[in-house]
Amino acid sequence: MENRLRLLRAERNWSQQDLAERLEVSRQSVNAIETGKYDPSLPLAFRVAELFDLPIEEIFVSPSRRSSKAI
Amino acid sequence: MLRTSAWIRYNWRVVWLTLLYAGFLISAVYGFKHHLVPQPLMYPVAILPALPIIGIFVAIGKYLVEEEDEYVRMLMVRQVLWASGFALSLATVWGFLDSFDLVGHADGYYIVIAWFFGLGIGGLVNKFTLGDGGC
Repeated sequence: MENRLRLLRAERNWSQQDLAERLEVSRQSVNAIETGKYDPSLPLAFRVAELFDLPIEEIFVSPSRRSSKAI
Repeated sequence: MLRTSAWIRYNWRVVWLTLLYAGFLISAVYGFKHHLVPQPLMYPVAILPALPIIGIFVAIGKYLVEEEDEYVRMLMVRQVLWASGFALSLATVWGFLDSFDLVGHADGYYIVIAWFFGLGIGGLVNKFTLGDGGC
């Protein structure tokens, strides 16, 4: 799933490891989510949203909205 | 695989179970070879080496329950699926070849060896498709 995680992290000057520690996951998890190789569960997506104090849809791009835009 | 605390616990369990397996197997083989196993104990002694192997399956299940990192857990689930698919496919193909007398009969426990080999394949697939979870 497309997302703005890398951008949000860069704005705060956090490394992947910094973000991983804040989310209590592995650095590899952060990398997999950032690169769109892994879609986080809803609880983890909420943790991400709460950490950045943003609504989920401002971090993760809805696949259905993305495809409707393409049409 | 990433070294989470659940992964470290899993590894220790596997190490102990492997040592137990070696001990049970050597004892059972020695006992049967030298006719030391009394008749009523033959079945239990023959099954002894299987128990630690079953324990490893339990350890994998416990690991999946205990692993808190959902991405790392998914890597292991993918490995287990690859292992199961590989071992069951191999058993099916071998079974039919055996039925038509095209290959020699293989002992049932070889399926377990194929399953563990499949775990390795799953690790490689994770490595090549996700870049993580190499075996």
